[in-house]
Amino acid sequence: MNPMNDRILFENVSKFYGEVLGVNRVSLSIAPGVSTIVGPNGSGKTTLMNLMTGLVQPSSGRVSVLGLTPADADRFFRQVGYCTQFDSFPRRLTGMDFLMDALLLHGMSESEAFRLAREAMERVRLSDDAAGRRIEGYSKGMRQKIRLAQAIAHHPHVLVLDEPLNGLDPMARAESLALFQELSRQGMHLIISSHILDEVDRISDRVILITGGYIVAEGDIHQVRREVRDKPLQVLIRCDQPERLASRMFTDNHCVEARLHPDGRGVFLRTGDIDEFYRLLNAIAVEGLVQIEAVAPADDDTRAIYQYLIGSDGSPS
Amino acid sequence: MMTERATTFTKSVLSQPWGLWALQARRVVRIELRRNLFSWKAAWIYFLAFTPTAIIFIHLLFDRHRAISLTEDTNVLAGIVQFYYVRLGVFFGCLGIFARLIRGEMIERSLHFYLLAPLRREVLLLGKFVAGSISALLLFCSAIGADFALMYAGFGPAGRDYVFDGPGLGQLQAYLVIVALACLGYGAVFLLLSMIFRNPTPAAMLVLGWEAINPVLPSLLQKISVASYLRHLMPITVPGEGIFALLTVETEPVAGWVAVLGLVTLIVVVLAYSCFRIRRLEIRYTTE
Repeated sequence: MNPMNDRILFENVSKFYGEVLGVNRVSLSIAPGVSTIVGPNGSGKTTLMNLMTGLVQPSSGRVSVLGLTPADADRFFRQVGYCTQFDSFPRRLTGMDFLMDALLLHGMSESEAFRLAREAMERVRLSDDAAGRRIEGYSKGMRQKIRLAQAIAHHPHVLVLDEPLNGLDPMARAESLALFQELSRQGMHLIISSHILDEVDRISDRVILITGGYIVAEGDIHQVRREVRDKPLQVLIRCDQPERLASRMFTDNHCVEARLHPDGRGVFLRTGDIDEFYRLLNAIAVEGLVQIEAVAPADDDTRAIYQYLIGSDGSPS
Repeated sequence: MMTERATTFTKSVLSQPWGLWALQARRVVRIELRRNLFSWKAAWIYFLAFTPTAIIFIHLLFDRHRAISLTEDTNVLAGIVQFYYVRLGVFFGCLGIFARLIRGEMIERSLHFYLLAPLRREVLLLGKFVAGSISALLLFCSAIGADFALMYAGFGPAGRDYVFDGPGLGQLQAYLVIVALACLGYGAVFLLLSMIFRNPTPAAMLVLGWEAINPVLPSLLQKISVASYLRHLMPITVPGEGIFALLTVETEPVAGWVAVLGLVTLIVVVLAYSCFRIRRLEIRYTTE
């Protein structure tokens, strides 16, 4: 088996809608796990997902998922589930009808389709009562859930989720995130686009940052953060004498900013040279100048990287 | 070398999952019939199909049916099929049924569910075409059957003789074939137009104009028309008078089987091009 066949590949892919740029010269090789696509509105996140699933076709380049292309629909869509952002459904269908129609198109028997539909309903925690009601009467959160159920019902290996937490209340979000984690543990590829960075960040293995149709960073979140060399890293150090530690760090010129933790039991230190910073911190710990309890990066999460690379206005900084 | 290629091609064709595709197509047909045939949105198509039936029914109730007017009523029925059903009723009915199969789902933003299923797009398109055809055939063939029955019901024994011992059943058979071919022909054309244009109605109006002027065009261009083939299958040619004269231009006679074969070829070509188009179809609801 080709080792690249477990990956989602974008090979120099561009997509133009007439003269409007969708994405430009995107090359990605996405390994199994949870990958988050992050970017401002109109940055090309949905275009990337639509390209992945064949809803739009590249103007140039090639996209493949597990070695398959959407043109080979028979095999491709048995492996891929896509929960889109489109909040619309065929008219007059109940939740169960909707799932059954989708599953029967796979060619499976009615009993098998019914079993999978029930299972999917349970996984997204939609009740039997909801299953028998028309989707027109669903709340936004329920519509989001039924879309998710439809995407996972056939047990795909790749799940593409466009803003899957939109419209969900905090409890439903937590349940969805737990479900994504469980699916990921089962070895599934999850590609998630979301604006709720803090929550998605907890389950992501890697991040793809996109703005203006260009990929600005991609990879493991911590690795991406380290590669942003021109932006100082912030580290939280829990210790007994934070002021003394900050003073020593400034003396040795490895810090550009220090801020006491509100509880007075730690200090946020910002440094431009993380390797030298940790070397010095080790030396201080050995000297016994302060009692260090914990050291943790304070800004190598997706939100921080997003702020650094894209900025709050969505333009690359 | 050629034989080897032909063998490879044959093997490749035979190895395709035809059984699965047939099953999927049947399920698309079932879904589409459930969604489209029994919906309030289709009410105006029922109206188009059964308006002549209602008029003939009123004629049956209130007019006297003497044996001498049987020929006149036969001509009226032929005129209804020739001028109303083929040119207007089936034309606009099929526009309503087939144009919404793809474009309607684009407008309702639900087509992507089909495109994300493990279903070849060609199978989807042909399944939708079959569903649209079944809807159109059910409506218009029932309407023609009802028109025919009501038209001759008032004539008593003379009507029965005309239908069962005379040319009546042959004419009914011809009308059903004509309406069925009209449904399939216009259906294929409108399905294609709905994939090419966001609003297929102006394009359909051009087709209507094209069908009207087609008989005066060179013979090669006449072949790109649905009505031109159907004209040759009419069991009774009704001479056009007044405004109807615009719709009836005499053309060279063509054998019935040639007309059917010609129209079937046209339908196959249009569907083949539609299959090519749907492979490139993109979901861009924001531009709808």
